[in-house]
Amino acid sequence: MKVVFSTSGNTLDAPLDRRFGRASNFLVYDTETESFTVVDNRQNLNASQGAGIQAAQTVAGTGAKHLVTGHCGPKAFRVLNTAGIAIYTTDAATVADALRQFLSGELKTTGAADVDSHWV
Amino acid sequence: MILAVASGKGGTGKTTVSVNLARVAGRHVQLLDCDVEEPNAHLFLRGVLQRREEICVPVPQVDASLCTGCGECSGFCRYHAIASLESGALTFPELCHGCGGCSLVCPEKAITETGHRIGVVETSEADGITLIQGRLDIGVAMAPPLIRAAKSFLDEGAPAILDAPPGTSCPVIAAISDAHLVILVTEPTPFGLHDLKLAVDMVRELKIPAGVVINRVGLGDDRVHAFCREQGIPVLLEIPDDRKIAEAYSRGELAVDALPAYHAHFENLLFRSRELYRAIRSEHHADLRI
Ligand code: SF4
Ligand code: SF4
Repeated sequence: MKVVFSTSGNTLDAPLDRRFGRASNFLVYDTETESFTVVDNRQNLNASQGAGIQAAQTVAGTGAKHLVTGHCGPKAFRVLNTAGIAIYTTDAATVADALRQFLSGELKTTGAADVDSHWV
Repeated sequence: MILAVASGKGGTGKTTVSVNLARVAGRHVQLLDCDVEEPNAHLFLRGVLQRREEICVPVPQVDASLCTGCGECSGFCRYHAIASLESGALTFPELCHGCGGCSLVCPEKAITETGHRIGVVETSEADGITLIQGRLDIGVAMAPPLIRAAKSFLDEGAPAILDAPPGTSCPVIAAISDAHLVILVTEPTPFGLHDLKLAVDMVRELKIPAGVVINRVGLGDDRVHAFCREQGIPVLLEIPDDRKIAEAYSRGELAVDALPAYHAHFENLLFRSRELYRAIRSEHHADLRI
């Protein structure tokens, strides 16, 4: 199973970036092989609108069905939902912490966007 | 002639200048309220509604049975208004600029265009003034297409005063882009000066002649006056910081109706604006529209 984390770095120790759409990278962790790859999301850092949409499409493209992030806006939520991706929110400091929470089943899926558009 | 009234920021009295000008401009003048997010000229006029038209922009509609999720459309759209997923492309009409590009690039011909309502244009009559106002629907972010639609309601044969939205961004440019002259309304304060400089840069970029109205004179300092002198921008009218104007508004009256002296001031403003435009037009008559 693949799980995506929004992050500002490219290792498990890197900080979890709580802004989904404007995170610089997505770390895609594979629980079967216990390995990960990193996908670049930097094209979105300067987008004035629609960053979350593009980011959500990037996540959908990884084939993962689980996303762990801080906040998710309504447009990104719509894309992720349509793509059948479950969203988990956390305030963990690092990707490793968030992964531990995810694996232990501590994180709940969110059923709705939790911030207004401009937060994404 | 289209006379636009603009200002680098809100709250300078731009709308009251527009409405007072329209009032002294005589019969058959058109007042176009382009502040489509918050039209307010109607508050001063109490007109009778004549006509209301819905304005739509074309947005894509995806036939999911044809879509392969190839990603051509989302790769093309620089506004991120369409996302492609395996289950079919997803559209965001509120971000779409209606360029039609996605339907052109779709290899499966899965995209057709449908109208998405962004607001209305209302026309009303108030004592010889035809008020045309655009009103954007709540939650719609795209003012420029609605402003262009509102402008298409202008009768080119009659004079028009155009109340631009505040600021110097795209909606303002859409509003003033084919005006013959722009009146920039400002205040004699440091903020007023800062925003006036931005507005002057904008009109110069657009190559539209401009004059300045300084409102609430007596309130700040004389740096706005000095700036206009240095830059050779004519000050067409100075309106004092006069309690009587505010009192008239609080009774729902316009300055030009309540206070005869202001009637003369605004007639003078209109006269000087026309003179300024004529002078500039005769200098380079080839470049300017009439
Ligand atoms: S370009 Fe056409 S086929 Fe490809 S994802 Fe977009 S709508 Fe679907
Ligand atoms: S019409 Fe243009 S702006 Fe709208 S979704 Fe298609 S490509 Fe994007």
